[in-house]
Amino acid sequence: MADKKTLTFALMDPPYENARSTTALRLINIAAKRGYDINVFAYEGSVFLAFAMQKPHPNAMHGRNVEEENHVLTKELVSSLMQEAMRNGGKIDWVNCGLCVDERGAVEAVEGVRRGSPADFLKMAASSDNTLVIGTRG
Amino acid sequence: MANYLFIESRDPYGSNDTQFCCDLAKQLAQQGDAVTVFLVQNGVFPARAGARADELSALAKAGIEILADEFSLRERGIPTDRLTAGVKPAPLDVVIDRLADGCKAIWH
Repeated sequence: MADKKTLTFALMDPPYENARSTTALRLINIAAKRGYDINVFAYEGSVFLAFAMQKPHPNAMHGRNVEEENHVLTKELVSSLMQEAMRNGGKIDWVNCGLCVDERGAVEAVEGVRRGSPADFLKMAASSDNTLVIGTRG
Repeated sequence: MANYLFIESRDPYGSNDTQFCCDLAKQLAQQGDAVTVFLVQNGVFPARAGARADELSALAKAGIEILADEFSLRERGIPTDRLTAGVKPAPLDVVIDRLADGCKAIWH
């Protein structure tokens, strides 16, 4: 692919809290569909996006069982984004900040996610065509 | 001349720091840089026709391209034919286009 690009995204927000996580995953999805190489540096609470222990749940308030609730798990979205990138000739290098993982106990991550440090983010940014930092609201 | 993309996810009704983004965008445009402001999430609220949107009007007057994420508009029930002057609906793909082109992107 002549116009193949490499983009880096730095994320900070945990899942299920605000729209930034959704927008970030939408952006990564667009890049994955184009077959771009994508780097993701998950910092702070965003290490939970790929947390392997996420489980679907029923919703007693609405009287729905697990199947009816059909709860979206971000770990599954992360895995499907990786598959989507591969299907289109790209790849996703997803790095969880190791210190952020340890202090939150978010050690288990879905396949394809590796542990790293902010130094990895620097390398990612330096080797990319562009970088977008989606910071937590200050 | 540099190309800048401001991604504004906040609205002036719930945040008191959106003026900073507009001011910076205007200053860059005034010095000759190409600037686009892309509204996303609650950032699309001031794009409603009739909403108090002094900042967006000022951006448009400064020749800044203002785009509003179609998905965010749809989520909030804002029809694309009811946007304030100077704001155009656009898919989120525009952000990836600009990133791929090397645009300097700032998320707010």
